[in-house]
Amino acid sequence: MADATIRRIVGLPTAAWLESPLPATRFILRGAPGARAAAGEGFGLSLPETACRAATDGNRAALWLGPDEQLLLAPDGEVEPIAASLARALQGHAYSLVDVSHRQVGIGIHGPRAEWLLESQCPLPLNLRDFPVGMCTRTVFGKAEIVVWRPAEQVFRLEVWRSFATYVAELLREVDRESIA
Amino acid sequence: MLIINCPYCGPRPELEFSYAGQAHVARPADPSATGDDEWTAYLYLRTNTRGVHAERWRHARGCARFFNALRDTTTDRFRRDLSER
Repeated sequence: MADATIRRIVGLPTAAWLESPLPATRFILRGAPGARAAAGEGFGLSLPETACRAATDGNRAALWLGPDEQLLLAPDGEVEPIAASLARALQGHAYSLVDVSHRQVGIGIHGPRAEWLLESQCPLPLNLRDFPVGMCTRTVFGKAEIVVWRPAEQVFRLEVWRSFATYVAELLREVDRESIA
Repeated sequence: MLIINCPYCGPRPELEFSYAGQAHVARPADPSATGDDEWTAYLYLRTNTRGVHAERWRHARGCARFFNALRDTTTDRFRRDLSER
């Protein structure tokens, strides 16, 4: 397993912290506006309709990935209850709901250097003006496709496909090592 | 790096996009009734424009949508105002 090689919490020397893997319940929901509104009721928060924004409520989050595509995040182990309540809410709608909990690995980066570390390999500007708190998007990190979300000013959450997780985590560590040399 | 304007996500780096060829190439409605020449033209013949070219792009590592854009093939400049969904 890819994430078995990633240590749980790693202190980086430059005051950024890497936290991985972050187990979670993850769904990809695709559907028209009507289905998304219904899914919001089933999931317990209204899904973001603004491009590249996330909505959160308690420990659940919905991330806008595309005009008809949302990534739903919830604590680990809630696949069955969430799938059931979404299926109830979405009755009569055309939609696609896929459990991707084990397809992805979550990586959290915390601290004043988090933005800098990510920017080393990510082509997007991640300063607060261009990438404010609450923004999320799919993009690339080095050669890997990632979803990056900024839930707080000095916190980034990455969602990486599991076979790329070690690559991303090791690359972050490598950048960090080089930056203090 | 080119900055491409995704009509959904706004200006984003070229690295996130994949090119999807000339825009407005319509597949013949009834392939089995289409002659060889017309089918060949649909499959292979493109305009190779010098100047403003209507083309499709996919924001593959972003919102994953296809969209149409106008790009000048001599300068690589996009008409940012004219990207359409």
